[in-house]
Amino acid sequence: MQFALLIYESPEAFAARKSDGAESYTGAWRAYHKALVESGAFVGGDPLEAPETGTTITIKEGKRGVQDGPYADTKEQLGGFTILELPSLDAALEWAARCPAASYGAVEVRPLAREMRRRITG
Amino acid sequence: MNGSDEEKVHRTVERVARESYGRLVAYLSVHTQDLAGAEDALSEALLKALTGWPRDGVPHNPEAWLLTTARHSLINFFRHQRVVLDSEPDLLLFTQHSVEATLETNFPDERLKLLFVCAHPAIDPAMHTPLMLQSVLGLDAVRIGGAFLVSPKTMGQRLVRAKTKIRDGGIRFEVPEPRQLPQRLEAVLEAIYAAFGIGWDDMAGADQRGRGLAEEAIWLARVLLELIPGEAEVQGLLALMLHCEARRAARRDRDGRYVPLSEQDPKLWSLSLIDEAERHLAKAFKYGCPGRFQLEAAIQSVHAERGRSGRIEWTAIVRFYEQLNRISPTIGRRTGYAAALAEANGAQEGLAVLDAIDQDAASAYQPYWAVRAHVLRLLGKGREAQHAYDRAIGLAEDPAVRDFLLQKRG
Repeated sequence: MQFALLIYESPEAFAARKSDGAESYTGAWRAYHKALVESGAFVGGDPLEAPETGTTITIKEGKRGVQDGPYADTKEQLGGFTILELPSLDAALEWAARCPAASYGAVEVRPLAREMRRRITG
Repeated sequence: MNGSDEEKVHRTVERVARESYGRLVAYLSVHTQDLAGAEDALSEALLKALTGWPRDGVPHNPEAWLLTTARHSLINFFRHQRVVLDSEPDLLLFTQHSVEATLETNFPDERLKLLFVCAHPAIDPAMHTPLMLQSVLGLDAVRIGGAFLVSPKTMGQRLVRAKTKIRDGGIRFEVPEPRQLPQRLEAVLEAIYAAFGIGWDDMAGADQRGRGLAEEAIWLARVLLELIPGEAEVQGLLALMLHCEARRAARRDRDGRYVPLSEQDPKLWSLSLIDEAERHLAKAFKYGCPGRFQLEAAIQSVHAERGRSGRIEWTAIVRFYEQLNRISPTIGRRTGYAAALAEANGAQEGLAVLDAIDQDAASAYQPYWAVRAHVLRLLGKGREAQHAYDRAIGLAEDPAVRDFLLQKRG
């Protein structure tokens, strides 16, 4: 089964990537990534640029809306995602708990919609 | 009734619920085998207490009041069912017993049977601890789910399934025969220790995961000791948990940084808890059958001794681990053995033990990588140590531990 871990981070955490003291931020992520890869669970995923670099498109009642910035206007923003291949939700939750963002932001676990993917990609 | 009186009633209900929940559930379910029914009846009674007591005053014997009220709703439920299901022989038995019980008010304590039911071999071992936390301590599925990293809804469903199996699967509420007792008791002790472990790991408490579970586990062990005195392993488990609990304040420095056991300041340890642990351990060893919990408590006792002597007797710890591994060599014990051996006989011997551990089992076991990193560093194998540190950091859940290891890795 495949799961996506959606990683939510605060503006401070996004800023931590660029600051000089980023070693503990990056170091934690590097180690987490390595542990995922070596456990065989890692399928894919990437960090995302800061939310203000996003552009959000909506079409409401036939009208296009283009919004600068992210879709949801909350403090924590989607900062990255990881796709994992694991036997169960329980295992995915375990990995989510180890994710550095679990202790400074939030990590949402969602199963990938395989059936939907099949319908889209044919 | 004014606000502060109402608050007092609330606190009384809370206290009675806390102290009597398990006894009441155990008594209400022991004849019907219907745990869910007993819990529902009791929560109904608790709700009635919350609304009724502020108005009518707190009854003379709150526990007896709750029992009578819960029993009434259970009987009503059964009468209701009887129309559908015809007769229910247990009902008669149950009502008779209950009448006697409320007359005496001092109803029999059936919690021991309940503990054995929760850790019954027919129940999925993963559910032993959650069942105990719910039916003996009255914790809700939200809290239990949080502690076990399972969504509250899923945990709720699993608990319902387990209780249905107890009710419909013919699992008897009884204390096992002497022949089966050691094995069955071990399952109960394991379940209590699992609760403690969750409470113990959750030191950071960033998300309140499992906070207070360590205390609940110690309380359960005390109840168990009271119910079944003279069992060395029960006292061993209690000693083990008390030794760990004694160090709670020393596990983080003033800035919240992780402090490993060997670097903790013994002045921050609780002497009274250590003394209590030592008393239990001494009594346990008098029975002359050292089991896993006594041995693990003995290892903690050696660490506690540093408070007096200023040094750690690693060779004693190695010996206790050797005995433990003869009972059953879990990955945790073998890792602990490797760490102790590295201190007592040198890093090379520690590494050899680690190398012999199955790599699949070690893959996601954080302490293995932390110990391996430390041992490799001692041996001057810098690159391999870095790699092991990375694995340990990546598997760490506690941010304080993660930061500590990040510092060590450099």
